[in-house]
Amino acid sequence: MNARTEPQLLSRISNRHLDALEEEAIFILREVAGAFERPALLFSGGKDSLVMLKLAEKAFGSGRIPYPLLMVDTGHNFPEVTDFRDYRAQQLGAKLIVRTLEDSIARGTVRLSRPDESRNPHQSVTLLEAIEEFRFDALIGGARRDEEKARAKERIFSHRDSFGQWQPKAQRPELWTLFNTRIQPGEHFRVFPISNWTELDVWQYIEREQIELPSIYYAHERQVVERRGLLVPVTELTPPKAGETVETRTVRFRTVGDITCTCPVESDAADATDVVAETLVADVSERGATRMDDKTSDASMEKRKKDGYF
Amino acid sequence: MTTQAHDHDAALRFITCGSVDDGKSTLIGRLLVDSRTVLQDQLASVSKSGETDLALLTDGLSAEREQGITIDVAYRYFATPARKFIIGDAPGHEQYTRNMVTAASSADAAVVLVDATKLKWQNPGLELLPQTRRHTLLCNLLRVPSIVFAVNKLDAVEDAKTAFTNIRGALEDFTEAAGIQAGAIVPISALKGHNVVEPQPGWAGYEGPSLLALLEQLDVTPAETEEAFAFPVQWVEKFSSSADTSQGRRVFWGRVATGEVQPGQQVTVLPSGQTATVAQVLDHAREPKAVEARHSAGIILDREVDVSRGDWLLAPGAFAPSREISATVAWLDDEPLVAGRTYWALHGHRWVKAKVKRIVHKLDVNTLAEQDANHLEPNGIGHVELALQEPLVTLPYARSRALGALVLVDTASHKTSGAVLVR
Repeated sequence: MNARTEPQLLSRISNRHLDALEEEAIFILREVAGAFERPALLFSGGKDSLVMLKLAEKAFGSGRIPYPLLMVDTGHNFPEVTDFRDYRAQQLGAKLIVRTLEDSIARGTVRLSRPDESRNPHQSVTLLEAIEEFRFDALIGGARRDEEKARAKERIFSHRDSFGQWQPKAQRPELWTLFNTRIQPGEHFRVFPISNWTELDVWQYIEREQIELPSIYYAHERQVVERRGLLVPVTELTPPKAGETVETRTVRFRTVGDITCTCPVESDAADATDVVAETLVADVSERGATRMDDKTSDASMEKRKKDGYF
Repeated sequence: MTTQAHDHDAALRFITCGSVDDGKSTLIGRLLVDSRTVLQDQLASVSKSGETDLALLTDGLSAEREQGITIDVAYRYFATPARKFIIGDAPGHEQYTRNMVTAASSADAAVVLVDATKLKWQNPGLELLPQTRRHTLLCNLLRVPSIVFAVNKLDAVEDAKTAFTNIRGALEDFTEAAGIQAGAIVPISALKGHNVVEPQPGWAGYEGPSLLALLEQLDVTPAETEEAFAFPVQWVEKFSSSADTSQGRRVFWGRVATGEVQPGQQVTVLPSGQTATVAQVLDHAREPKAVEARHSAGIILDREVDVSRGDWLLAPGAFAPSREISATVAWLDDEPLVAGRTYWALHGHRWVKAKVKRIVHKLDVNTLAEQDANHLEPNGIGHVELALQEPLVTLPYARSRALGALVLVDTASHKTSGAVLVR
């Protein structure tokens, strides 16, 4: 007997545990405001960052978030998401800083080995350049420990050295809620207030708080091709390969990132309640269903994080 | 498994501990697989030629896979219809005790694994492994509210019933001698799945609930509402002009450490010593209400007093600030703790300098017997006297985790070096 295999349990799934998760996240957001001089909130317009924004509104009051929003734009974003990002930032009167991978390429700090290569791993360079430019000492992100094995190991306040590197073997003990936020010049922290949330928690929270999301999180028709078990969206950046059949399917995105490595899943879910129901019975993980770049190696996320990736 | 609803709304945070190779990662893998939390793609990634290695579900770092051991805490999540769970998979190696202490400091419960195959299970007076004693003592020292023993690998011994009876006897003798209130003792096979999620009535002579059914019933750590009101100021919100608070007032945000706060409450500010009355209390929805321990609150005072982040608002007369602390210290840094050295100490949101006046003694972590010492080795535990640069209000850790816990930070390396439990 289990919620994942028993869709009728939906009506009996409690969402009251969300109160404790929300409380923890708000505590962490305020801790960043109190402990750091130049924090920023990473904000892409995706579902996890929209949840973060909602939590920040609760922590500080609407329109009073005491740090800027930062977006690292790979240039490979879904327009529905970037439009939504701008709309929400403007609605809140928040300061939005956008730094682009394209600029890093122009500066010569990012070199692509081939033009159609996934830009996702290269974000780290642009992110670290933005950290240096604004001298950010803490970056808050919406990463969750349930996403991936390397993330499951990371502290809520994750120390990064002056090269932005995560050192998994030298993590600071994190005792009670006494967070050691001391840093040397040039170092910074990555802070993950929703570390302890799962994909299901996020969707239950979106449902409970009626958080508005970009349209592509819900069912829509899209041209796709099937490739190695994934549905690859047909876009200018991801054209069909020779011999592949383009089909129109009803899909939604479980996660939204770089267009070249993010795939939708088949779905009829029209709203957050439908997505909660689908998530309860999903038998493939969020990343497994949607990410092409994580499949290359068991340690790919860990390696990228050591290089300064979020 | 029971599907009956409980009023256990908050997730249960539990840790698994025990010696290396006692099967912690396998147990967690088993919990995740049998509660059907592990999804197809994740299961496929740990299966080679038809064999599934459950331990690989949790060992997420490449160094861990290389060495086949758990280095750092992995946090895992699963839910049953009754409850959501957060697991801290703590490493068993002595050199990673700091990570085990990290996981235990915020746990509601601990599952201590005992490997039956490593014990002389035929012997009614058998000796437990040092790591079993050590981890149990550490969990008890950190006041993890529930300690449950899971006697594992009973599928691999000839006579599971005798083995379980003798090991249970040894665990009962040990916990009684150490003054530890142990919860249940459950025979399991993490590998085969016996008594982990599904009960196996009669196996090893045990008729009780499965480990998961036990965990579904455990209480979360109680909030410290019995003590007087104490509130560490986390963040100060300044209003230049605002419709939703009295004009010009500041809101002091933080988490109520002990007691409860409501309008009309008199408070003393530490360190300034000024007094004021609470005019308004806000919760995170910014609605006025009373707020009790462990919940975040915004406090507006009736007059302008000097309050900043790190200060405490306290029930007047209830606490005696002190510049001296006598404490049990769990040392987590690779550099030893040295008498005479000064460290940073963090208490609530307040940083003060703390000088190690004296190491009264260190503890044999296997027995908690006291020994003379002039320094504490990495992963060592000792009784230490600290002199503080500024007075703090503390309570013994045994009375209050919120007021009785501090961390020590190395002033040069900024590493989190010690866990301090006020005596």
